[in-house]
Amino acid sequence: MGRKVRRQSLTFEASTSTLPSSLVSAADDWHIETARTALADSTTSRMTFTLDSSLDSVNKIEQTAEQYASRAGFDEDTIPHIAMAVREAAVNAVLHGNAYDPHKHITAAFETTSDALVIRITDQGPGLDPDTLPDPLAPENILRGSGRGIFLIRAFMDEVHFRQLHPGTELTLIKHRTPAQSGT
Amino acid sequence: MSMKVSTRQVDGVTILDLSGRITLGEGSVTIRDAVRDVLAKGSNKILLNLGDINYIDSSGIGELVSAFTTVRNSGGELKLLNLTKKVHDLLQITKLYTVFDVRDDEASAISSFTK
Repeated sequence: MGRKVRRQSLTFEASTSTLPSSLVSAADDWHIETARTALADSTTSRMTFTLDSSLDSVNKIEQTAEQYASRAGFDEDTIPHIAMAVREAAVNAVLHGNAYDPHKHITAAFETTSDALVIRITDQGPGLDPDTLPDPLAPENILRGSGRGIFLIRAFMDEVHFRQLHPGTELTLIKHRTPAQSGT
Repeated sequence: MSMKVSTRQVDGVTILDLSGRITLGEGSVTIRDAVRDVLAKGSNKILLNLGDINYIDSSGIGELVSAFTTVRNSGGELKLLNLTKKVHDLLQITKLYTVFDVRDDEASAISSFTK
């Protein structure tokens, strides 16, 4: 197993000069902490990394989302919305999915295509059925102290898809780029 | 940057000046503790000054709602002051803007509390 990990590490390090700074930071932490894999696409349009179930991981994923959204050419109003949606997805994965379990990890995948920014957040939790979530705008729920995360994700992204992994949940967040953005 | 809170009294109203981020693990617990502390000291007229809050997530929104209901259930009033555009927009999206009493002038906010 040690051999395999070393090869992944070298692959990542060879590409870090072209990666967002938070991912390089994540890579540093990866060596020190518990994240297990980090694979970089040399084109920098796609990145997948795995982190432990902590709020520190949430912050790193949020920063990375902000950098990807900026590079994809989204405007200054949209970038924080994307970053917040991704943060909410990461919080769900760490808090509700993995329940801070140190033996479970979350995976964040970022991909910029010609027409969209696609982010996938995966946990190893018991699964989430989005159809069972209460409507936070309903009068009986409006004063609840929680339950607005998925709502905000849907409000800020163009597409949101849930996939059950048995165990775990994969949440895919998509924000479409305009033709002008795609050309940058 | 984590959240900071300072407390002052004006005409029987406790003003909590908040700054930084209200997110899970950062400001949310701080607000909860600060509001509890105010209530424990016998004051139940609270004005949350959010003018220097530059970021809030769903956990932070939930914490504002919980603070609101906690104070209301104790017979008091909790109002919001000086929302940034980001916080304002989030409260609009979540339809909480009309739930809270939102003010943009401190003096008039203080005078709006029940005497």
